Amino acid sequence: MSTRSRLIICAVVLGALHLGVACAGFFAPYDPAAQDREHPYAPPMRLHFVDARGGIHLRPFAYAQELRTGSFDQYEENTARAIPMRFFARGASYRVLGVLPLRWHLFGTDAPVYLLGTDGYGRDLLSRVLFGGQVSLLAGLIGAGLTLSIGLCIGAAAGFWGGWKDEVLMRVAELFLALPWIYLLFAMRAFLPLAVPPLKAFLLVVVVIGAVGWARPARMVRGIVLSAKERNFVRAARGFGATGGYLLRRHILPETGSVVLTQAAVLVPQFVLAEMTLSFLGLGVPEPVPSWGNLLASLQHYNVLVSYWWMYLPALVMVPFFLGYLVLASLLQGSSRATKIEEAPVEV
Amino acid sequence: MMRFLVRRLGHAAFLLLGVSVLAFAFSTLAPGNYFDEMRLNPQISAERLSALRADYQVDRPMALRYARWAAALLHGDLGFSFAYNTPVAPLLLIRARNTLLLTGTATVLLWMLALPLGVWSAERLGRPADVALSWATAVLLIVPDLALALGLLVLAVRSGWLPTGGMASVGFEGLPAGQKIRDVALHMVLPVTVLVASALPVLLRHVRAAMAEALEASFLRAAEGHGISRRRLLYRYALPAAAHPLIALFGFSLGALLSGSLLVEVVMSWPGLGPFLLEAILARDLYVVIGGVLLSTLFLVAGNFAADLLLYWADPRIRAEATER
Repeated sequence: MSTRSRLIICAVVLGALHLGVACAGFFAPYDPAAQDREHPYAPPMRLHFVDARGGIHLRPFAYAQELRTGSFDQYEENTARAIPMRFFARGASYRVLGVLPLRWHLFGTDAPVYLLGTDGYGRDLLSRVLFGGQVSLLAGLIGAGLTLSIGLCIGAAAGFWGGWKDEVLMRVAELFLALPWIYLLFAMRAFLPLAVPPLKAFLLVVVVIGAVGWARPARMVRGIVLSAKERNFVRAARGFGATGGYLLRRHILPETGSVVLTQAAVLVPQFVLAEMTLSFLGLGVPEPVPSWGNLLASLQHYNVLVSYWWMYLPALVMVPFFLGYLVLASLLQGSSRATKIEEAPVEV
Repeated sequence: MMRFLVRRLGHAAFLLLGVSVLAFAFSTLAPGNYFDEMRLNPQISAERLSALRADYQVDRPMALRYARWAAALLHGDLGFSFAYNTPVAPLLLIRARNTLLLTGTATVLLWMLALPLGVWSAERLGRPADVALSWATAVLLIVPDLALALGLLVLAVRSGWLPTGGMASVGFEGLPAGQKIRDVALHMVLPVTVLVASALPVLLRHVRAAMAEALEASFLRAAEGHGISRRRLLYRYALPAAAHPLIALFGFSLGALLSGSLLVEVVMSWPGLGPFLLEAILARDLYVVIGGVLLSTLFLVAGNFAADLLLYWADPRIRAEATER
């Protein structure tokens, strides 16, 4: 298989994963904030095809969970009450991508079915994981976009201007590189307001994450710009009277494309993780809005850790995403290296 | 040599200065400070509050506060904690010691694992053993340390094999010395495992790549032709040739001693700098945060400096370049 077709497969899989999260409302059976006070900390329900009497059903069903008598968090299946799943059912209303209002869900049931269990408020964990992915992935994507734009601008400016401006910009970049990024994240977040509404907190987190990581891409872009501006075709264009802005836009910045793309594939999972870390520690997106980080926050309580293992499941959701990005980054790196060797500039 | 040293030291001083200015600058961007929440407390009078504010000089302009703080820093004074009402330095040192115990052990283990494994894997480049190892490291690479730490915690709590949380068991003070060491060691197993597992794949890949490149060199083939033993060939001839990127990484390892374990410490409630700083951030205990950030930056800078010195010692090309200038 060629690198190109591998890249396409990887991109398609990643795209599908993201599309799934973007359409969280469709795949999630319930509203992420809807509480079911009758079922706090309900364990994941199992889907059955075979009922208690051995009869086989084509339509999967779950048995209703009821509190064991005398217990407040121990559930048992009531095999007398089967809840069949109905596919493409109507349920809680949601908006696709925040615009299109819809009521269709992948599946619906007459009585609540929690495939990943519920949290302490009786909120469906599956729905929260799906909607939380929207927050975390969006934070990662926007953060990476922000970082790359800052890095591109600063790197291009430093490389193109050269001289003392280059020196100053690169010293500042070294400053940002020298700091451990999680500390930098903390320090920046530390001195920004703590208790803010979810949307503002989300924007804050994105800006903080985006502002922290620009140094590495900036240095890479600078290196490419430095070598690109001495290439013959750029010199030729300059000789024809091209202005600096035109040269940058038309001839130099396109050279940085592959590096920027590779960096994006590296940065997005890093920044998703950064958002998760901040939210996990209570410095990021607050309740009741779910994010992959604050879904895990309840695990900081010992009793949750001991009794409700399914609260750990959200930690595993991001693994396929990270795998996709890792493969994508290594493929992009390989392909850009290959093209670089092909069209290596001939030194005159 | 002297010029090289001075250049590097100047660079380090610049970094520290920049970080301290940056930290202070963020503090002025922050709305509110430690005493703002006290206003809501009916037990604290307005006069007492304004006296406190005057004492700690929180209302002075930033440049002035920075100058005073920097002057005190030169005398080894890191400032005063609002929350603990004591100097920051001793508070930080206790936590830093705990953190160093954790990260020091993890770093030693990490390098003891990564070097032989990387060499072993580079020697078998492309063979099944190497491919299997690459897959194993890829798996470790895609499981983020947060997920790994929480997963191990869940496992440990449910199985009861290992103690979780903190650094010592209840009744630690009454134990004899031997059991004290055993108790702390048992508590360290989980956090150290996470730290090693999250850093191992990256380091292993670097060692493998550097060694693979060094093994290609023709001088090694010549040495092989002279009948030098495989083991000696690998560790005495190839490893020094591959050392350059590894020394830089080692410096980074040293530098990350104070800052690399922050999240793991919070998750595992290890009484180190991580939870302490998080608490200080939430309480807006300004000088504790700045002190912590500065201390960890100092480690980073020192680590880079150590790497530079090691490189100078190990790599004649750098020595030549430095004396030329």
